Amino acid sequence: MQIECVINDQKTVLEANAGELLADTLRARGLLSVRKGCDTACCGLCTVWIDGKPTLSCAVPVFRAQGKHITTIEGVSEEAAAFARLLAAEGAEQCGFCSPGFIMTVLAMKRELKNPTEADIVHYLTGNLCRCTGYMGQMRAVKKYLGVAS
Amino acid sequence: MYTIAGLAQPDTLEEAYRILLHRRTNAILGGCAYLRLGRRKIGTAIDLSKLSLNYIIETEARVEIGAMATLREIETHPALRSLYDGMLTKAVGNIIGVQFRNVATVGGSVFSRYGFSDLITALLALDSEVELYKQGWLALTDFLARPFERDILVRISIKKDGRRAAYHSLRNSASDYPLLNVAVSRHDDAWRIAVGARPNVAVLAPQAAAQLAAGAGSPEGIAAVARAAASELTFGSNMRASASYRQAMCQVLVKRAVLEVLSCR
Repeated sequence: MQIECVINDQKTVLEANAGELLADTLRARGLLSVRKGCDTACCGLCTVWIDGKPTLSCAVPVFRAQGKHITTIEGVSEEAAAFARLLAAEGAEQCGFCSPGFIMTVLAMKRELKNPTEADIVHYLTGNLCRCTGYMGQMRAVKKYLGVAS
Repeated sequence: MYTIAGLAQPDTLEEAYRILLHRRTNAILGGCAYLRLGRRKIGTAIDLSKLSLNYIIETEARVEIGAMATLREIETHPALRSLYDGMLTKAVGNIIGVQFRNVATVGGSVFSRYGFSDLITALLALDSEVELYKQGWLALTDFLARPFERDILVRISIKKDGRRAAYHSLRNSASDYPLLNVAVSRHDDAWRIAVGARPNVAVLAPQAAAQLAAGAGSPEGIAAVARAAASELTFGSNMRASASYRQAMCQVLVKRAVLEVLSCR
């Protein structure tokens, strides 16, 4: 089947099977930032935006992308780089495997929440499980990025 | 891994229902969040995306939630943050993560009657009704008690009756599935106590609720209500908790929820 959608601001027609999952289709198109880490729809590594909402692309059949705007980290590279610099400055970046999904969630949070508290931030990021280097450094970087560092 | 042989995106509920009955392997899709965890062989997958069922509408008398509304839409709906003392917001807020809740739908959660469901427990305490395409309107209590029947969940309706409510769940870790959840509501002197993740699907504890209706407001009375709920319900064991642990924790959660409702002003 054919699915018309916009991927990273480019109109695209996807060729896919009815049962195919969005994460697999995106990876097959070379968007290798989209990773599957858990096989149980809970780790958050595969996070992409569908119409701006952070979504588990490993749990969404690709036909649900019809008519939608799909954004991966490749589509927001400048913002991602700006946050990545903050992460690195806090010593909060190591192997990087989980980073694309984590960063997509942080960028989505910046758009969705206004002046979040630490509890709001933790709540929003709960769906990103893999966090090597530790949560404290990441929290410092996230707070700076969101402009709520004390 | 699941398979889907064909996809239908009908324009009407009537057509969706006709396709559903056409073959045993045909199935209505919800948010599909759990689809890949199973091995279902679906003939024609029926996607309801074109039926405009992703809404939450607040009227003067009711809140209506369409089957395709997501759990995240419940969580972030401004009116639901205050209605029912924010119980629905709280109930869905610990389900996996934001990205999962942007996928999982109300229809998929309720129609599937998942035992671990946080949403069903909360809706049960709120005396919700469900509209099914074929069976029509049913009290959620009746829907959950009926044998499974092929149908389409269209929407959920909750009365705005000034009900006060509280929700508590117990999880081994944040965002994990609950090993027990409890929702309590009070409308005048009528109480509802719903207990889910027993690990079976949520049910009401009517005897304990009746004790509250009779005015068991003292600390001893509430403790007795909590014991009554834990003894009138059945509990089972699974990887998250044993039956006896669930039964013990049921008392704790019921007590906390009742105290919270009593303190609602």
